[in-house]
Amino acid sequence: MKEDSDVSDIVPEKKYVISYEVDLFFTGLYSVYKFIGRFFKELFSLPFEFKEIINQCYQVGYKSLPLISLTGFITGIVFTKQSRPSLAEFGASSWLPSLISIAIIRALAPLVTALIAAGKVGSNMGAELGSMKVTEQIDAMEVSGTKPFKFLVVTRITAITLMLPILVLYTGLIGMIGSYLNIHQNELTSFTAFFNSALKSISFLDITASIFKALIYGFTIGAAGCYQGYHATNGTKGVGKAANAAVVISMFMIFVEEMVIVQVVNTIR
Amino acid sequence: MDTRAINIESGETVISIRGLKKAFDNNIVLRGIDIDMLKGENIAVLGRSGSGKSVLIKIISGLLKQDSGTVKVLGQEVEELTEEALRELRLKIGFSFQSSALYDSMNVKENLAFPLVRNKLSLTQKEINIAVESVLHDVGLSQTIQQMPSELSGGQRKRIGIARTLIMKPEIMLYDEPTSGLDPMTCIEINNLIIKVQQQYNASAIIITHDLTCAKNTANKVTMIIDGKFLVPGSFEEIFNAKNTNTSSFYDYNFINSK
Repeated sequence: MKEDSDVSDIVPEKKYVISYEVDLFFTGLYSVYKFIGRFFKELFSLPFEFKEIINQCYQVGYKSLPLISLTGFITGIVFTKQSRPSLAEFGASSWLPSLISIAIIRALAPLVTALIAAGKVGSNMGAELGSMKVTEQIDAMEVSGTKPFKFLVVTRITAITLMLPILVLYTGLIGMIGSYLNIHQNELTSFTAFFNSALKSISFLDITASIFKALIYGFTIGAAGCYQGYHATNGTKGVGKAANAAVVISMFMIFVEEMVIVQVVNTIR
Repeated sequence: MDTRAINIESGETVISIRGLKKAFDNNIVLRGIDIDMLKGENIAVLGRSGSGKSVLIKIISGLLKQDSGTVKVLGQEVEELTEEALRELRLKIGFSFQSSALYDSMNVKENLAFPLVRNKLSLTQKEINIAVESVLHDVGLSQTIQQMPSELSGGQRKRIGIARTLIMKPEIMLYDEPTSGLDPMTCIEINNLIIKVQQQYNASAIIITHDLTCAKNTANKVTMIIDGKFLVPGSFEEIFNAKNTNTSSFYDYNFINSK
């Protein structure tokens, strides 16, 4: 039997508006908890769906490269341009590579990549699964002896969780190149000097924390997108709502998680 | 090919439903359904929109849970099955959805191969290709093998949807509104296909429909859901010759050509 149909069927009675909203909030929270619990349960159960995971990695990773490249490159250039006047005022333009590398690796690369992925991949997951749900394709999979949760949800969440760290490192590199080109144009700094200075300022903890953040953001984007899509109702309107909610919820959660992780990393540092 | 359903007098019971009840919030849809279906038998279920016809077959296939009552399919009580046992049982049930529910991102060949690829791991690619071509031939759509679902007409989508279930050689077919939204000529093609499935695959079927021509031509028995309960199933003539306001209004609306 479908496990989470039990959860989505729970609708609190609409007797009193406030208690109804509170009930709805906690019912929703319980439904998310069940959904995530089911993900971890099915993640480690057979069959492992490696082929579909690789297909999804291609979809969410490789196909996001053009957008991520452009965004990372522009972020590097813009941040360098914006930072230069402030540093130049104190005669500290030579600190630009250090400042840029710290900003990009610690914060900008994970955040920008996650927000782009939330918009592109999260909305896509919400819309695709939502559309499959309302056109009974998920039911069709279920009655044909396939586990749709495993095939559609587990593979997508796993793929984005694995691919986001790689995309974050890639964005970091592209951002640094953008920054270098801008610095080279203005200060004639050599490639080696720029990267020597930039890399000296970055610690192992910075890179580890970025990868860890990317894992968390990736899971959040996948879970939000798949949850919204998998529970879509009310036809095309519901599909639009699922895609929209997937983006809004994952972006909101990414900022909350960023705040928490920064606090934790600063404590460790 | 005979254009009427084969008459089944006796045999093994493949579906047995007793006291089936289902409600959504305060809306009680099924109020106690009882029915037995024999092997090879086609039963048409009529009823108004929202009367619970689709809910009934979703409960039979385990997509929905009943509130009370028992549903035995091929001797197994659906509600009590483990996830794996239910998966095994579903391989013996073909479900043709009202919307066809073809996978948008796959072409016809991939749609048809999907259940085999997922469930018959020992099959080679060549064997899968042969099975796909054979079932496409059965539904008369061999030329569509490389087409995407969006390139198919409504009738073609329905037939591909049926073909996708036939590829697993089901013992029971559940048709949800197989002729809805189709032109009369395509309806005849679908009706003939339903009979062909009964004859060629010896599959029993529940046919949910509003189309009396479909019910008359494809089913051995006809029943109707009225106020959440079944009329006693009988032949088309028995049901519609009886003076019942519900069945007569249904009959009057549909122009029936007895041929």
